This record gives sequence, structure tokens and C-alpha cells, in this order.
Amino acid sequence: MPVRLRRTMEWAIEQLLRLCAVLSVATTIGIIYVLISQSVPFFAEAPIKEFLTGTKWTPLSASKSFGVLPLVMGTLWITFIAMVVALPAGLLIAIYLSEFASRRVRSTIKPALEILAGIPTVVYGYFALLTVTPLLQKVIPELNIFNALSAGLVMGVMILPMVASLSEDALYAAPQRLREASYALGATKLQMIFRTLIPAALSGIAASFILAAARAIGETMIVAIAAGMQPIIAWDPREAMQTMTAFIVRVSMGDVARGTLDYHSIFAVGLVLFLMTLGLNSLSLWLRERYERAYR
Amino acid sequence: MSAQPIKPTVDPSGDQDHQPSASPRRGRGREIAFEVIALGAVTAAMMVLVGLLVSVVLDGHNRLNAEFLTSFPSSMPHKAGLKPAFFGSLYLMLLTALFCFPVGVATAIYLEEYAKKGGLARLIELNIANLAGVPSIVYGLLGLAIFVRALNLERSLLSGALTLALLVLPIVIIASREALRAVPPYVRDASLALGASRWQTVWKQVLPIARPGIMTGTILALSRAIGETAPIITVGAVGYIRHLPKDIKDSFTAMPIQIYDWVSQRPEATGPDNVTFQQDAAAGIVILLAMLLAMNGVAIWLRNRAQKRLK
Repeated sequence: MPVRLRRTMEWAIEQLLRLCAVLSVATTIGIIYVLISQSVPFFAEAPIKEFLTGTKWTPLSASKSFGVLPLVMGTLWITFIAMVVALPAGLLIAIYLSEFASRRVRSTIKPALEILAGIPTVVYGYFALLTVTPLLQKVIPELNIFNALSAGLVMGVMILPMVASLSEDALYAAPQRLREASYALGATKLQMIFRTLIPAALSGIAASFILAAARAIGETMIVAIAAGMQPIIAWDPREAMQTMTAFIVRVSMGDVARGTLDYHSIFAVGLVLFLMTLGLNSLSLWLRERYERAYR
Repeated sequence: MSAQPIKPTVDPSGDQDHQPSASPRRGRGREIAFEVIALGAVTAAMMVLVGLLVSVVLDGHNRLNAEFLTSFPSSMPHKAGLKPAFFGSLYLMLLTALFCFPVGVATAIYLEEYAKKGGLARLIELNIANLAGVPSIVYGLLGLAIFVRALNLERSLLSGALTLALLVLPIVIIASREALRAVPPYVRDASLALGASRWQTVWKQVLPIARPGIMTGTILALSRAIGETAPIITVGAVGYIRHLPKDIKDSFTAMPIQIYDWVSQRPEATGPDNVTFQQDAAAGIVILLAMLLAMNGVAIWLRNRAQKRLK
């Protein structure tokens, strides 16, 4: 092959590869563009002030109210329940795996956690509605069939592997000299873990918590199946609640016609969802880079 | 001797590579208590996993037969089957692979082998990390507005596959980058020193070595894709479809959609032998999980084989 042709081909290949790489940036731009442009017609009818502060969400019925707070509250409630399960358990498992477990035990627990992480969310939804809720109803008889509690608990199990594995990475990355120094000063193993290791790995652990919270906020099928479809501000987790994601699913299930308020409302809710998760993800990334820089 | 750094104490069993043994006496009781609590958390998580699998198999076992796999959905639970959903998922997976594999690997090659550090590469990297955290249903909204509406692909298999491809693209990219990074630099140096161009080096030397890692990552990404429900609901997959997709522009369903549809049916609707739609859902879940397990098995097998060869 002549040298000139060879060079042109090399150049062309590099441009092609770069084009593919830029596609991922285009995806982000696409997401932001779509969410904003498609929710503009919604905000033409729903004042932004009412959207952000209103406490009634009935954009699809005859008497329309556009307060998104019930959906946000539902989302936060269920995320909170999930975090109550996943944070302590995940951190405990991370400490155990990083500081106590033998290699053999690690090599059984980690794949099991990976299986837990790989189960499709629709399966967790089934489990929450048809196994966990009936079980809980034996203890709490007044529990609604659709309720925030069992959706939250099962979601906690779903995000547990993420907390465990990312926190373990953070603990594992803490330099050996910290452990040595702590022992040299006479600390017991638990003192070493809680007074030296965890503070040292704190930003990494916090990053895993925040990432897990973002994951819980964006999770859809568990809540769509098990938490119900009532957009009301409820304080009782035994009651049904609707999350932002569940609302989007409910509207999408019916064949929404283009240009209707229904159609644009899911983009407005999607925009709120996207902004919340983007904020949390960015915070988590920033924290993670911080600990990676500190110990490298 | 003085040039030797002081080696950290290593657990004599050689079991743990980074844990010096603490003083054995003080705090031992608390330590055991802590270990028991931590083991309790591990056990609880494992029990949930077992409980989930057992309850699904118990609920679904009497629906697991050939007829279930070869029937179309029905308004009667004992006649309903998984056929269009199974093939829908299969086609969806193949199409998704067709889109996300080349683009994902190309992006990884660009970032690892071509791009200079900083600038564009840094932007793309940050962007991929953020994309990986975008909720899947937001990808569904993107697919709805771009593929279904703007490009007029309608509620088709193609729209679904393109949406899923964008969703799992970050996974393919991240896994492929790791596989490329694991290729030792002397492979590239040797190839370039012999006069090969950069692309010849990548294509003939680096990629063959990285291939198992890339394949493993892609299979895992695809197993994520076929388990996804929310984004393809938004793009318009529906639960009640009584035909197989004729081409990529045809309407479609998929296993998670079918399962969701059955879970949400009224539990009172029963057929002979008290068959309910919920049992159909459980049987569908068993098949979906079996398929995911098989894919993960292949991925792990590929990874182990490659690791053995490297050693």
C-alpha cells in the first residue's frame, strides 16, 4: 500500500474512532435537550412556582393541579427506607470483606452479591408485591397491598451490593501504613477500623452512599409494581405512594399521544429526576476522585 | 541490607495480603461480637436471595412446560405463554449488541490508544461516568422523543434496541477500556518498533489480547439490557402482543414487559387448577433468570479461560 494512502487511512480511522467517542457526549446533550424542549409546553400551562411548591399532583384529570411535591416526597420516602436498609448492612459487609473475611469466604460472598446486583428490577418488584408484602401483612395487618415500606425494603436489598462493593473498594484502597500505624499505637482491631480506617476511607464510603441514593431515586420497576400509584403526600409508609419514576411508567403504559399535556408532563417529571440524580452522581464522582488522589 | 525497606507484617497464614495481626488479647470479645453482627448482615442478604429464588420457583413451577414457551399471551392465565416475549427479548438483545458493541469498543480504543490525556478525553471520561448513573427510565424518555417521535421509527423493535444500546454503552466502554489497559505496553512497543502503524498495532496485536475482556464486558452489558423494563415501556413495548415481530420496524414485547404485565393483572383471575397470572409471571421470571445465569456463566468462563492463558 502506498505510504500516502496508508497515512490517509490511519487518519480516517482515528477520526472514525473519535466520532464514536463523541457519541457519548451527544447522548448527554440529547438527554438534556429532550428533557428541556419537551417539558417547555408543560410549563407553558403549569406555572413553575406551582410545579415546585404545589402539594397536589393531578395533571391528567379534569381539575388540574401541577404540584410535583407528592411525587418527590414519595420518591424520597422510599429512597430513605432503602438507605436505612442498605447503608448499615452494606458498610458492615464491606468492613467484613475487607478486614475479616478469609480469601475463601470472600470468593463465595462476592459472587453472591454480584448475583443480587444482577437480578432485574422487575423481579424485585414481583418479590416485593407477592412475597414481602404478604409476609409483612402478618406482622402489620393494616399494611396496604401497595405500600412504600415493602418497596423500600426490597429496594434496599437491591442497592446493598453497590454500597458493599464500592465501600469495600474505598477501605481496601486505604494505605497499609495507616493500619500499621494504628496498631503500633496500641489500637485493637476494632479501634483501628473505626478510628483510623473508616475516617481515612470516609470520602469513598460517602461516595458509595450517594451513588446508591441516586440509584434508588431513579429505580422504577420495584416502585411501579409494589408502591402503588397514589400521588398524595403521605407520612405513613404503610400507605401507597407514587414516585416520579412510577408516574412516568403509568403515563407511558397508556399510548400517550404526541403533543398532549400527558406526554409533556412525563418529560417535566423526568427533568426533575434527571437533575436530582445528576447532582448526586456528580457529588459522588467528586468525592471519589478526592480519595483516589489522596492515596495514589 | 540497609537499602531494604521494612516489610509490613503479614498474616502468617498467608490468607490475607494486607492485614497485620492485632494484639490477640485486648478487645477480642468485642471483635468477635462485631464479626458475628457482620456475618449476620451477610447471611441476611444471602437469605433474601435464596428466599427470592425459592418463592419464584414455588410460584411458577407448575407453569413451566413446553406449552408455556410456545404459546402467545392470552386473557386466560392457564393459556398464556411467553413465546413473543422470549423472541422479542432475543431479537432485542441481538440488535442492541449490533449497535453498542462496535461503538463501545471504538470509543474505548479511542480513549485508551489514541486520545491525549486531558481536554476532549477528560470531557468524554467524565461524561461516561455520569451517563452510567442516569436512571434507565430517562433513557426511555430520550428514546421516546428521538427514536420513536423525531426519527419516526414508531414503537418498534428498532427503537427499543437503540434505546437499550445507549443505556448499556457506558458499561461496554468501561469494560473494554479495562481490557485494553490490561494489555502490557511492550506489546505495542514491539509492534511499533517493527514498523507497524498505530492502527495495525491495535488491530493485529492489542485487540486479540483484549478480546476476552471485551467479550465478557459486552455479555454482561447485554444481560443488563435484557433485564431492563422501564426504558422499553416508555419506548412503547406492550404486554399483549399476539404475533412475532416480522421485521425491525414491527411492534414488540419482551420478557420483563410480559412479566410486568402479568404481575399487574388482577389476582382473582384464575383458570383451571387455580392458575393465576401471577404464576405465569413467576414462570417467566424463572426463564428470564435462567437466561441471565447462562449469559453470566459464559462471561465468567471466558474470563477464567483468558486469565489461565495469561498465566
